[in-house]
Amino acid sequence: MVTESAHEFETQDLLLNVGPQHPSTHGVFRMVMQVDGEVVRDIIPYIGYLHRGAEKLCETMDYRQGIGFMDRTEYLAAMNAELSYVMAVEKLAELEVPDRAQWIRMILVELNRLASHLMFMGAFGIDVGVFGTPFIYAWREREAIIDLFEEISGDRMMYAYLRPGGLAWDVPTNFVARCREVLTAVNQGIADFDGLLTKNEIFVARTQGIGYISAADAIDFGMSGPSIRASGVPLDVRREEPYLKYNEIKWDVITETDGDVYARYLCRLGEMRESVKIVEQCLEQLQPGAIMPEKMPRMLRTPPGEVYIRTEAPRGEFGVYMVSKGGNRPYRLKVRSACLSNLQALKHMSVGQYVADAIIVLGSIDIVLSEVDR
Amino acid sequence: MRGIAKSMMTTLSVFLRPPVTRDYPNVHKALPERDRAFPLLLWDQEIDEPFCTGCHACERACPVECMTVLMKDNPNHKSVGGTSSRRKIIDKFWIDYARCMRCNICVEVCNFDAIAMNNTWSGHEMSVHDRKDLVMDLQQLTTQSHSGQIKEWVPVLGKANEESAS
Repeated sequence: MVTESAHEFETQDLLLNVGPQHPSTHGVFRMVMQVDGEVVRDIIPYIGYLHRGAEKLCETMDYRQGIGFMDRTEYLAAMNAELSYVMAVEKLAELEVPDRAQWIRMILVELNRLASHLMFMGAFGIDVGVFGTPFIYAWREREAIIDLFEEISGDRMMYAYLRPGGLAWDVPTNFVARCREVLTAVNQGIADFDGLLTKNEIFVARTQGIGYISAADAIDFGMSGPSIRASGVPLDVRREEPYLKYNEIKWDVITETDGDVYARYLCRLGEMRESVKIVEQCLEQLQPGAIMPEKMPRMLRTPPGEVYIRTEAPRGEFGVYMVSKGGNRPYRLKVRSACLSNLQALKHMSVGQYVADAIIVLGSIDIVLSEVDR
Repeated sequence: MRGIAKSMMTTLSVFLRPPVTRDYPNVHKALPERDRAFPLLLWDQEIDEPFCTGCHACERACPVECMTVLMKDNPNHKSVGGTSSRRKIIDKFWIDYARCMRCNICVEVCNFDAIAMNNTWSGHEMSVHDRKDLVMDLQQLTTQSHSGQIKEWVPVLGKANEESAS
């Protein structure tokens, strides 16, 4: 007689290597997933493939030379990275930035936030499986913003436009008109994304309830930016510690309560609308005037001291900790990267999900590997 | 289903808009005046020599150390019967375009407005087979300005530009 065995198969978990050269890891990020069938049991992330020692390099350079390396630290939102750096230098050297320069800076960082979020929309669409369409749509509007940046600063990605004290040079004469053109294009793009993804049943089914993280956990992991606001924590450096002119204009902190991937998408979409509002108000406030303080020395030197400056970059809190022992270069520079902190929550959010969902979770954090590794 | 129908309507509306792409190698977009490609040396057409005196300001300010500058006594100086008021002039100048990070600092520190960023397409389409070919010497750096192919943009620094105040 053949008896049916009650013995179940003993299965062994499989180690699946993703990256570093994999398009869905948004750069050179490598993770080793322990998978049981299709379910992720553990994730071991490996970072450092893009480590260039930018912080250490900046310590060998004077304050102006360091700006170019800040661009390369956060290449999708270079203006925001530059802003943190130059604000740290300004606080050390006690420089007063003229009003016009502050308004222009605000316009530029918000436009850069739009460009960065558009990039997220496109890349995230690909992660979810809407191959191509949102990516190309996002590129169209991002191109408008980048063309504007090229007309202002001369470069498309590595702007090197902000300077300690103000701006490198003034914006072109048709700046306001061009900004309004770009905002019209971006509004159209936001409407397109809204129509394409927000209510799309396939997209919603693919993203809702995936990669949940509670508000308490998000705080414990030190997350920031849209990733934490999607869990219901209204943490925004622009509201907590207003810098530039953020306390003089009207805007809202966008929060969602679900804490899942879909909430993070909605949060970024809402933030794009807020950024458009901010830029429109800034354009009305823009007055002629100086863009650099009078009597800037040829070589900027700072008194000894240490500062920590944080700003709200598209991915969260971008902080620069700078120590000066006098002279024309920082003694120590440390970049607090939002992506690195947000990435810590990846394992927490993806364990127990399917492999394909882990990719979406990674995409929803919107990491830039050059910022993680520096 | 309504959501999917709406998505389809979005793609359809985009399908009916005019194209935004260009047929790149055949059609080049117009570059803005401030476009930054790689640095070039400018040519003083009146005296027919480079503006550069070889003062090493750019070499010292370069964050990535991509420049090498050597100066010499100007053979065309007034004291030796020439027409130029430059006592020293550039002898040899190399810029390693493969190292250059196009930060514009060399243009800002130049006391003689002798260097400018190439703002034409010739500065962008520079693919070569050997990276040694990207080390430019004095002759290669001055040719474009000498023949008047570029109209350089040198920013006014530290002052509010009256024209561009909106």
